Amino acid sequence: MNISRRKMLILLPAAAVAWESVLAGTPEASPNYKMTDHWWGMLIDVSKCIGCGNCVRACQTENDVPDGYFRTWVERYHVDDTHLENPTVISPDGGKEGFPIAKEDAGKYFFVPKMCNHCSDSPCTQVCPVGATFIGPDGVVLIDQKYCLGCAYCVQACPYGCRYIHPTKAVADKCTLCYHRITKGLTTACCESCPTGARQLADLKNPNDPIHEFLKTHNVQVLKPQMATGAKAFYNDLDGSVR
Amino acid sequence: MSALKDARHLFRFAGLFVLAFLVFLVVRHYYVPKSFGQYGHYRGASIGEIAQLPVKFAGHQACEDCHTDVVAKKNPGKHAHVNCEACHGAQAAHAQAALAGDPTSIKPVLPDTSVLCARCHTASAAKPKGFPQVDPAVHSQRLPCETCHDPHSPGMDAPATAAGGAK
Amino acid sequence: MSGVEGYMYPNEITLYWSVLIVLYPFITGLVAGAFILASLERVFRVEAVKPTYRLALLTALSFLLVAPLPLVLHLGHPFRSPEMYFTPHSTSAMAMFGYVYLWYLMAVLVLEIWLDYRREIVLLSQSSKGLLRLVYKVMTLGSSNISEHSLAIDERVGWIVTLVGIPSAFLLHGYVGFIFGSIKANPWWSSPLIPVVFIFSAMVSGIAGVMLIYMATTKMRGGKIDMRCVDATAMYLFYIFIIDFSLEMLDLIHRIYEADESFRSLNFMAHTQLFFSQIVLQICLGTLVPLVLLFLTQVVKLPEIARKYMYVISGSLALISVFAMRWNVVIGGQLFSKSFLGYTTYKMELVTREGLLVAIALTLLPLLFLWVLVKLLPPWPEKSAHSPAAAD
Repeated sequence: MNISRRKMLILLPAAAVAWESVLAGTPEASPNYKMTDHWWGMLIDVSKCIGCGNCVRACQTENDVPDGYFRTWVERYHVDDTHLENPTVISPDGGKEGFPIAKEDAGKYFFVPKMCNHCSDSPCTQVCPVGATFIGPDGVVLIDQKYCLGCAYCVQACPYGCRYIHPTKAVADKCTLCYHRITKGLTTACCESCPTGARQLADLKNPNDPIHEFLKTHNVQVLKPQMATGAKAFYNDLDGSVR
Repeated sequence: MSALKDARHLFRFAGLFVLAFLVFLVVRHYYVPKSFGQYGHYRGASIGEIAQLPVKFAGHQACEDCHTDVVAKKNPGKHAHVNCEACHGAQAAHAQAALAGDPTSIKPVLPDTSVLCARCHTASAAKPKGFPQVDPAVHSQRLPCETCHDPHSPGMDAPATAAGGAK
Repeated sequence: MSGVEGYMYPNEITLYWSVLIVLYPFITGLVAGAFILASLERVFRVEAVKPTYRLALLTALSFLLVAPLPLVLHLGHPFRSPEMYFTPHSTSAMAMFGYVYLWYLMAVLVLEIWLDYRREIVLLSQSSKGLLRLVYKVMTLGSSNISEHSLAIDERVGWIVTLVGIPSAFLLHGYVGFIFGSIKANPWWSSPLIPVVFIFSAMVSGIAGVMLIYMATTKMRGGKIDMRCVDATAMYLFYIFIIDFSLEMLDLIHRIYEADESFRSLNFMAHTQLFFSQIVLQICLGTLVPLVLLFLTQVVKLPEIARKYMYVISGSLALISVFAMRWNVVIGGQLFSKSFLGYTTYKMELVTREGLLVAIALTLLPLLFLWVLVKLLPPWPEKSAHSPAAAD
């Protein structure tokens, strides 16, 4: 890639401005980000997911997720016409390197990306004995890893299986909705690397966010609605067999 | 009076409790972090700490500010909405090097198309029907994908119907 | 994936609550149960069980002192434990632990033991020599007043403490049941019955435990087992066991009848992974056999030697059953996937911080503490005025 020196001199300042916003500091300190202006969620479009695993790999890279543990993962469902209540689900290494080739048969297949749902009534923050996990003023459920005891009560309380105990840090860990990115105007690593737009960050408090229009015009669900967790990961085209 | 004299040991036991409670209050004052309770029952400073974690993916905006020629080629094509780092991997270090004046000091490694393209485009009954997918063994006789397809604008002018699991 | 059958969410494959978390409710259950047995005499004036009164209190204390250890050893950051005292989260049942434990230890158990033993402590502080004399002196809190009136005050206050101690004991062990019972994400745990079942099985284990310890220590000292006492204890064991069993069966029948979305998965797990620990150990060997044996001792006039054997067998099986119940709840609750599509296995380690050897050591440690306490504060009437044989 050849960029002339002259072009560089023009482009660098532009890049500098862009990068400055990338490196902005604490959300309170950054004049551009006010926590109370945002209420974060995610839109996941099952009809668009191709099971490439980009999101799982990107998340691992961005967040130093240890091998064998997953802040996000992709499941592949195979639903047989005669066994609607018993889908076959696989997630080889969380879908990190994609999935084996499926053969055409009588059933249907689809991919379901999973992650922390950043529940507004989260059962995991309810059970933390010391206040090491919490939902911030902007709707992201975070873990204070300097305060966490590693008791794993939150891991037990999450209905979605999105938490784990970090093998070396011995504290709870999970998807942070790439908080360090979204507070700087970037999108999450998984959304950034998704080639089909199956995953999109949503700011429910932003009136211009496309999620509002999407929610009005599509049939959207959350996982395990009976748990009444106030989940904020919205799934379009979610089949009833999804667990 | 005399009753109290006979219960003095009980007051001493209670006194231990009071003493322990006072010690507890003092220790608590020093132990609990100052920002605890700022926004809720947690250490408020942790929000800032998490927000300051290092960024590894630069985000497509940072790439597009410099690589305008690629943008021009990509935007009208099929990969318009595939972000740069979806294929090229995390490049925040490269963007930072660019900011510092020498982007070539951290040169992104060209992805291996035989692995990369296959991940998305290998035909499988599990993928959505309208998605372009082929059987790599049959489709290209093992030639590298870029022999015929420009990765930034991969569409071919006279496409055969995409072979593969799509019905 | 080794040890995984079907589908488990990727993060569910490892079990995070190990055998130490099985041990903790077992230990606090013994504490609560032993205390309830002691309160039978103190508050409900069941004279027959008086020989076990002081022993029950010391047993409760021995186990209570060990109780925090499995929890602390399990934590990823044990040295952050003080956070539970300084910033307890009011919505978390687990946050209660620090305060409930401390309350029960100091304001109930230690206070009651101190009040009951105060006369002996003062006498021993005057008759002992060396380091032991200092220990007793400290325990007197500087007061050597053992007049009639002060002892009468002790008696009255002790009665109130025991009375308060009963709901405290229920709280100490009931909150553990609530820790599990309030988790809506886990259908094996989520049930309002769990705290109640925990409490009743705790009473079973505590009564059985003290009964066995009483019989063993009396035998070891060459004394004569008070059969009236043991018969009464066994009777209470029998009736509480029936209540406990009924509650567990109610939970089971209710599950089978309602057959909600989790039922198929849980049922399969109970018949395969948990078959030995639940069906064989907990229910058949651990509950039905002791119930039959105890029933026989209640309705048939049997010779003393037969009753002794039956009590020992029943008591031992009851303890095994209650441990198995804790295992089935804690480990069982993590063996199945919350997707209801798969199962994993528990690979218990041997020599690590949360391994089997540590679990065994923590089970035996309370007996060591009990030995020390019995030497320090003899519960036997004959030896109460004499200094203990081994002064170390």
